[in-house]
Amino acid sequence: MKHLTEYRDADTARRLAAEIGRIATRPWAIMEVCGGQTHSIIRNGVDQLLPPEVELIHGPGCPVCVTPLETIDRALAIAATPGVIFCSFGDMLRVPGSRGNLFSVKGLGGDIRLVYSPLDAVKLAQAHPDREVVFLAIGFETTAPANAMAVKLAKQQGLKNFSMLVSHVLVPPAIEAIMRSPGNRVNAFLAAGHVCSVMGTWQYPPLAERFRVPIVVTGFEPIDLLEGIRRTVLQLEQGRHELENAYARVVSERGNEPAQRVIAEVFTAGDRAWRGIGVIPASGWRLADAYRDHDAEIRFAVGGITAVESSLCKAGEVLQGTLKPNQCPAFGKECTPRTPLGATMVSSEGACAAYYNAGRWSDSGAA
Amino acid sequence: MSATPDIAAFACPLPLRDYPHVVMGHGGGGALSSDLIEHVFLPAFSNPLLDRLGDSTVIDIAADLAGGGRLALSTDSYVVRPLFFPGGSIGDLAVNGTVNDLAMSGGRPLYLTAGFIIEEGLAIGELAEVARRMATAAATAGVRIVTGDTKVVERGHGDGVYINTAGVGVVPPGIGVGIEPVRPGDVVLASGTLGDHGMAIMSVREGLAFEAEIVSDSAPLHGLVTAMLAACPAIRLLRDPTRGGAATSLVEIAGLARVGIEIDEQAIPVRPQVAAACEILGLDPLQVANEGKLLAVVPGDAAEQILAAMRAHEYGRDAVAIGRVVERHPRMVVMRTAIGGTRVIPMPLGEQLPRIC
Repeated sequence: MKHLTEYRDADTARRLAAEIGRIATRPWAIMEVCGGQTHSIIRNGVDQLLPPEVELIHGPGCPVCVTPLETIDRALAIAATPGVIFCSFGDMLRVPGSRGNLFSVKGLGGDIRLVYSPLDAVKLAQAHPDREVVFLAIGFETTAPANAMAVKLAKQQGLKNFSMLVSHVLVPPAIEAIMRSPGNRVNAFLAAGHVCSVMGTWQYPPLAERFRVPIVVTGFEPIDLLEGIRRTVLQLEQGRHELENAYARVVSERGNEPAQRVIAEVFTAGDRAWRGIGVIPASGWRLADAYRDHDAEIRFAVGGITAVESSLCKAGEVLQGTLKPNQCPAFGKECTPRTPLGATMVSSEGACAAYYNAGRWSDSGAA
Repeated sequence: MSATPDIAAFACPLPLRDYPHVVMGHGGGGALSSDLIEHVFLPAFSNPLLDRLGDSTVIDIAADLAGGGRLALSTDSYVVRPLFFPGGSIGDLAVNGTVNDLAMSGGRPLYLTAGFIIEEGLAIGELAEVARRMATAAATAGVRIVTGDTKVVERGHGDGVYINTAGVGVVPPGIGVGIEPVRPGDVVLASGTLGDHGMAIMSVREGLAFEAEIVSDSAPLHGLVTAMLAACPAIRLLRDPTRGGAATSLVEIAGLARVGIEIDEQAIPVRPQVAAACEILGLDPLQVANEGKLLAVVPGDAAEQILAAMRAHEYGRDAVAIGRVVERHPRMVVMRTAIGGTRVIPMPLGEQLPRIC
């Protein structure tokens, strides 16, 4: 496959890994923020190529994982409401709420639709004027433009039966929260390439400067990841702390400006609870007041639903990088992809599921 | 009211066969049912055993077993939406799927039964086309459909039609697929590209249009198996990796045989358009269904010979070795990744879910 195979080349991977081995003289902990990167690292065994000095810490960048339990419970309540067509991306269907998940609501007669784009949900609302169509809009900055566009279109077309349950989260405030946390051991960040393809890189130099931390915008294929890690280690060894863009074939400094404009029009920033971490100031987007008629939380009056997390689940520590998934006492015992206690075990991008599925049941690795 | 209506004297003004769609009466066992059998199924499946229309079909199995051997039995139910897709239909699957289940024990498939659960409202023309495709697939596979059943369920209670087929086959004497244990040193072969069927279904079901059409690989595999067994009768194990894909079959084999399996990511054959569709949807081709492929565990020293026989057969042209059986990590399937890492291949949990981003 053009544009992919060249970024999965074994010889290039070995050369980059050897180069990282040559430059790394001290232990460094590098956090990949994005769950898609975690998935690719584990799937391809990128970390197995790295020298012992370089440790990868898996960050809070899986949108499924950080969506608060009460948002899931609210989604389940709306989805079980008679007459509702509830639309979601695929990997939200299995995320457990306090009781059951969207699959179980579907089994009991709920009309749950798996869609690939929020615009498909808008089309459903057009096709079923007698039904309430609700889209579960979660994700980082990457999925925000399409979600924003869907609400904007629904409003333009006067679709009164379309609403969104919004739980959007943002990367820069999360980086800031991690750097400020007392137990932090992250020395550098791989910034999420796809988030930056939308937002650009301009948000990151101030963070790199304030926390004196290297941030390298990185892609998702093995060669992208190794190149990102190489540049990060080089900065650390040379005592630099800059923003670098190692994913220039996709990411520009200014980003996708039309996308940023529609986001700014439809969403407004606010404090947001991250599952397992807690509330991070100004770290989320909700619908702007002009779009409150399309806010499912208001329409279905589910704002009062609250939830309590399992006390066994250590997803918060995993997401902040202070605990490896297989160091959690419940990992592989009470908590498996079949019986997940927390969302990090549910989503294929979740760090716990990535470890479990790749057979990393102990610190030493399985193979 | 001038008179009591006389229900018994009421006659439908339409000739029975002119119903353009299946109605509940087609499953009532009466004239409408007979009409369906006479005008839809018999013309497609006709053979001397079926045409007797007995409550059961009596087979002279002694004749089929004249050369010795053992009977193989299998049953499978087919539910697929849409009923027709690029490269096949539910009719092809219903024949080839059961034929392949028999073939995986080294059996030569001979007879099939066919049960249809039809949803009220299905166009008779569509049902007839399904039957026609089944008949063509059966003729290609050299099996006869010798008995059947139809039921009709209310609209909304089925996806057009569900089909169950059961199959009878004969395993020739001297063939012991599945009896000889899988052991370290054995080689794992794949008969061709993986993931074609599942992605063909997904591309039509989800309305995803790709530049190159993805076509189901539905095909009967007993001819290929016969050719393989002729090259080496000591084949250890055969699996057709349908639902759950090759990952499921490999994990099952490792678990049942209590051995480790190592596969090589770069050796796994995947069509470029299937690989691309999987990339877009965040799916793993190893977990996607196949309907015309097999995995074989064979003695290491016979692998080349068997591969040559496979490549000479139309359904094994792209056959390759994808891995080997090892002593370490028993019950686990480990993939050597393209860049030189490793990861364990898990048993897929359930439905494949496209990822968010």
